[in-house]
Amino acid sequence: MTGLLAADEPLVRWQWIPDHAEEIRAATVEHLQLTGSSVAIGFVIAMAMAMVSIRWRFLYGPLAAVAGALYAIPSLALFALLVPFTGLGYRSAQIALVSYTLLILLRNIVAGIDGVPQAVKDAADGMGYEPWRRFLAVDLRLATPTIVSGLRIATVTIIGLVTVAALVGSGGYGTFIDDGLSRQFPTPIVVGAGLSIAMAVAFDVLFVLVQRVLTPWTRITASPET
Amino acid sequence: MDAHHGVTGDLTVLQEALDYLTASDSWWGRNGLVTLLWNHVRLSVFTVVAAMLVSIPPALWFGHRRRGGAIAVTVVNISRAVPTFAIIALVFPFSLRYGFGLGFWPTFVALFFLALPPIFVNTFTGVTEVDRDVVEAARAMGMREREVLLDVELPAAMPLLATGVRISAVQVVATTTLGALVGFRCLGSPILQGLATRDYGRVIAAATLVALLSLATEFAFALLARRLSPWARPDVATARVRTPRTGAAADLAI
Repeated sequence: MTGLLAADEPLVRWQWIPDHAEEIRAATVEHLQLTGSSVAIGFVIAMAMAMVSIRWRFLYGPLAAVAGALYAIPSLALFALLVPFTGLGYRSAQIALVSYTLLILLRNIVAGIDGVPQAVKDAADGMGYEPWRRFLAVDLRLATPTIVSGLRIATVTIIGLVTVAALVGSGGYGTFIDDGLSRQFPTPIVVGAGLSIAMAVAFDVLFVLVQRVLTPWTRITASPET
Repeated sequence: MDAHHGVTGDLTVLQEALDYLTASDSWWGRNGLVTLLWNHVRLSVFTVVAAMLVSIPPALWFGHRRRGGAIAVTVVNISRAVPTFAIIALVFPFSLRYGFGLGFWPTFVALFFLALPPIFVNTFTGVTEVDRDVVEAARAMGMREREVLLDVELPAAMPLLATGVRISAVQVVATTTLGALVGFRCLGSPILQGLATRDYGRVIAAATLVALLSLATEFAFALLARRLSPWARPDVATARVRTPRTGAAADLAI
């Protein structure tokens, strides 16, 4: 960290952006891949944990505690802890990111399924649904808003954490931030941060829309609370 | 960046980590773990206290007036989208240019913005969720608005307020680690040095200490919350904030 920032250095040198279009495109793909795969793997694991928790209630506390402990570990520390075992790069980042999604997703899946009214479950049972089919067609369906909202929080959180993952060499927008930091050159920092925020906001909006499409019945009751 | 170099995958790194942690040289001196730990805790406490002073009064006021719900939701959503790493990096050049230097101040500014939303939103939600009948009863007994807020609403909101402070504190302790990137000497410093020099024993040792510190913070606040509000189990109270419909799931963010 040598050399002070020149007093006339602008926050963004706009020419930098077209000059680095190819790198920006590559970083976008990396950022999306790492986010998408981490949330997807996390969702599968969290869903399994949630089904175990619902079947055997007493396991929910311990499972949530494990997910909570993973969540409390600082991101840089967790990435760093994995490096000696899984190396610098994609895999270390992904294991850490998956572990961060678990708490958010587990809580939301369980809360969503718990929130299904008993009367509805009884009615489904009375109509002759088998337990498995009822779980898929009724419980999960009605829990969709809460589950999607968990996916939304997890995705937006992970997009932010992927920037930190760049420090262990996994690519993405964090590479620009890291580069700008080490050269004390603000342009890549602003570009990296701006793109990461834009991606987070885009996914936030996308999930709100997905939720609307998937759960038309909530639209009627959605307004009074706000 | 070859993924295989330096990956031992066996237990020698753990042995190195243990050696590092048991050598007295690692603990004492200008860059010893004791100094780093103290810096880490000092900045974290300073940040959380500053965030409490700034966010609790307006949150109480908006909550009392039962206004600003939209602000609360927006604050949470924005804060979730903005990576702290990016803020630290962005503040850094300006901190240098305007004479605040390396380390403490750029890290503080970024952490401060990280710490605000959970405290604000949880305090706000805590006050707005106080039973209206209780508030009306307090007014009917002749309490002034100030007294209603401080003697009725504030104590009732205490479990959620404490939850907000806990979430902030854990996030701040965890994220202070990143201050090492802008020259703040904290427990993140040995992690970065170790990553740069492939001294993975040191990385594991420091990362474990940060993780323990962060878990200890979580645990300490859970105990404190139980003390402060013995009538309400904090986990029961927080369940309501997480209702996704309001979007104010403040406790779920890093």
